[in-house]
Amino acid sequence: MQFDAPAGSNIFDDARIVGKSTPRIDGPNKVTGTAPYAYERHDVVADQAYGWIVGAGIAKGRITSMELTAAKAAPGVIAIVTAPDTQPVGKGMDNHAPLFGGSEITHYHQAIACVVAETFEQARAAAALIDTNYDRSTGSFDFDAVRASAPRSGEAETLGDFETAFAEAAVQIDETYTTPGQTHAMMEPLATIAAWDGDKLTLWTSNQMITWAKESLGDILGIDSANVRVDSPYVGGGFGGKLFIRADAVLAALASKAAKRPVKIMMQRPLVANNATHRQATHQRIRLGARMDGHITALSHQNWSYNVEGASGETATAQTAKVYAGANRLTAEYCATLDLPEGNAMRAPGEAVGHLALEVAMDELAEALGMDPIELRVVNEPDAVPGNPGKRFSDRNLVRCLREGADRFGWSERSATPAARREGRWLFGVGVAAGYRGAPTCKSGARVHLADGRIVVETDMTDIGTGTYTIIAQTAAEMMGVPLDHVTVTLGDSSFPASAGSGGQWGATSSTAGVYAACVALRRQIGEVLGFDADDARFEDGSIVAANKAFRLADAGTLSAEDTIRFGKFKKDYDVATYAGHFCEVAVDAYTGETHIRRMLAVCDAGRILNPLSARSQVIGAMVMAAGAALTEELTVDTRFGCFVNHDLAGYEVPVHADIPHQEVIFLDTLDEIVSPMKAKGVGELGICGPGAAIANAIYNATGIRVRDYPLTLDKYLDRLPAIA
Amino acid sequence: MTPTGNDNATADNVTGSGSSAAGLAATLMPVGMEVNGMTVALSLDPRTTLLDAMREHLRLNGTKKGCDHGQCGACTVIVNGQRINSCLTLAVMHDGDAVTTIEGLGTVDDLHPMQAAFVKHDGYQCGYCTPGQICSAVSVLKEIAAGVPSHATADLTATPTVTRDEISERMSGNLCRCGAYSNIAEAMVEVAGAEA
Ligand code: FES
Ligand code: FES
Repeated sequence: MQFDAPAGSNIFDDARIVGKSTPRIDGPNKVTGTAPYAYERHDVVADQAYGWIVGAGIAKGRITSMELTAAKAAPGVIAIVTAPDTQPVGKGMDNHAPLFGGSEITHYHQAIACVVAETFEQARAAAALIDTNYDRSTGSFDFDAVRASAPRSGEAETLGDFETAFAEAAVQIDETYTTPGQTHAMMEPLATIAAWDGDKLTLWTSNQMITWAKESLGDILGIDSANVRVDSPYVGGGFGGKLFIRADAVLAALASKAAKRPVKIMMQRPLVANNATHRQATHQRIRLGARMDGHITALSHQNWSYNVEGASGETATAQTAKVYAGANRLTAEYCATLDLPEGNAMRAPGEAVGHLALEVAMDELAEALGMDPIELRVVNEPDAVPGNPGKRFSDRNLVRCLREGADRFGWSERSATPAARREGRWLFGVGVAAGYRGAPTCKSGARVHLADGRIVVETDMTDIGTGTYTIIAQTAAEMMGVPLDHVTVTLGDSSFPASAGSGGQWGATSSTAGVYAACVALRRQIGEVLGFDADDARFEDGSIVAANKAFRLADAGTLSAEDTIRFGKFKKDYDVATYAGHFCEVAVDAYTGETHIRRMLAVCDAGRILNPLSARSQVIGAMVMAAGAALTEELTVDTRFGCFVNHDLAGYEVPVHADIPHQEVIFLDTLDEIVSPMKAKGVGELGICGPGAAIANAIYNATGIRVRDYPLTLDKYLDRLPAIA
Repeated sequence: MTPTGNDNATADNVTGSGSSAAGLAATLMPVGMEVNGMTVALSLDPRTTLLDAMREHLRLNGTKKGCDHGQCGACTVIVNGQRINSCLTLAVMHDGDAVTTIEGLGTVDDLHPMQAAFVKHDGYQCGYCTPGQICSAVSVLKEIAAGVPSHATADLTATPTVTRDEISERMSGNLCRCGAYSNIAEAMVEVAGAEA
């Protein structure tokens, strides 16, 4: 099905199942521990051996020798695959750091060997007996040292004359904000079981993008991707960390070949941060020039980041062309090359950290103007895309998000004077931030089967906690007129039609639109079998009414249909995006500087919300990750050895229960005709765009101290806290 | 009862160079446990954690491995009525112990009230931390009922009550990167209310 024009009215406009809060259909399996994740699939293939990954102990240089005698002789060892004895494997999609093979080391904890043994304990013990010697070379690991000389990536985006307008502006803000590296820290580490059957390879793995994975494995291993099957029905979190093939999958495949046995590998937690990918640090300079009435006349956002050779930085300016009006503009990205691990997509790449700067700069501008921060944003609401005036917004309700949020949150009680509200030992403050995140779509296919009046959906789409199983079941149930429990959804298998996959917050609307397309095809087949015009029929409660005649779905027998939704060029005229107003109240301990988040609210404009229950979870979860970015999360670089030193869940501090208060989410009831037939947009990344800045602004409101260096740990302001009266 | 006298000798056998099948067999130790009400007898490499005994040997996959280092709580199980991180303890230390895993709390057709509350309140997303969260949640309510104080208990001489602060404090060893904390707390409050 081609989506070539705005959706118009369709079946979902008076939906009975889509759009209703629905407990997850996979929920009972998840809460009883019976949902199968990659590493624990004992039943898929017999005789699985255990693999243990050895990571490099240097960040740059060469392996000069690897002594394996003791390891090979250790109990239970079946095979050892080493990098020096393996030709470097190929590169997969969006893969820049080497995955395995050869003696050259380009980043810390790069995989250099895999030990396969009968048991996990034996593989681990044998791996410890490998003695590796290196010729270590000097590398470049210090972002601050190379930042100033980083080349610009791509063209600067300019409009009007920024420098002149900024110089002439009545009020100017010129500030620099820094964000550190961050790691996805999904709770299920990278994990794969691999098995060969002749030249056919099956991987039971944990991956967000099944079709990309299958294609990439062909390129990486130098085999025909048609011989690769990937299966990933449950993914224990991804956040971008499982978009692309990583060393667990490559080593499971190579080790399985060497061991002539199926091999299972879970990348050890302490390896994940350095072996795999991370969100890179940024250094952002923002300049805002405004008239006294708040209208922005000059807006510049420059961002410096880094990556390995040939890959792009963390593009923190991504949202800046879209959010606020302003006739004179300059945005530019600069990217240094470092010998750190590869930077790659993490939840709302660019935008998540871009908001940490832009939305604080807006708070600073509001204060400089003596204006309410919400009013400042309202005044600068654009009519067309500010950085690209030829483009229209498909449906944008940012002002409503801010206004309704303000009412709900009690914004009018905020004191514009910082450090004005003290209760006992606590300094209270509130903050606001706007949120913008694009709502792309991606072609997506599905197959639907009808038998005995029940529906089975097959698509290689993944559920990474996003609630995909349920929204796909809701869509199929709505389309075919059956109760939800008459729909079975099977996901994540590359033998199913290729889907959009889970990334860029496009999964929900794209994959359900694909299911919609397949269901339209199945309805037509049913119409042909039973003799009615399916496009004029109502499918409801297991029966069908067409031209005043009634039919029973079950009488159509056994049928199957497959289709793919494809998105047409007309969408290029629009900026299709999601919007939010984020609000936060913090209490800062007047003695210790410790920050507690007391309240969080997000008001979201994301089109139709397919399942408010799971969509809300996506948003609160993203708000939690934003809280981590604002307050605790930081990959600390050891610039002597070129690694992230805090590479485990003790050293890298993700938010815990005690850090997070009750959270509130409001969805505006909007419909976006441009995005897809579902009129729905994603929320999983919108939720991380803004809350961190709202927290930072609340801390300023509580204390009068502006820290622009994330995370906002108390050591950065303890000595500046207001005097304790 | 831990046979400490044998630990060193066993460790030598395991990490030494003896690779014969006999040498391997000699490293195994018997351990008997009651797991989810069933008596199990295992013969295990003494280095096997309780977590891997559940996952790899008994194939009770519900208990998850998030870090293997006691940093995440995904592996939480209930041993003799107390929640522990099963990755931080060796299986052979639990001879004679009663272990309850997520599979022992309820089944798909007969959910434990806490499991049902997690479904109702969407107290999860990816589901990977969930079994550990639920084992902790069930234990936390028991700990509060038993009067065990926490850092969040204002008056150590008074009986703690089920408050949001108590829940958050006591659950903080169970990380959820999907960020379901707010919903998990609501699920626990509901179950506690029903129990009270
Ligand atoms: S796996 Fe045991 S605490 Fe993480
Ligand atoms: S549900 Fe994914 S980590 Fe908790």
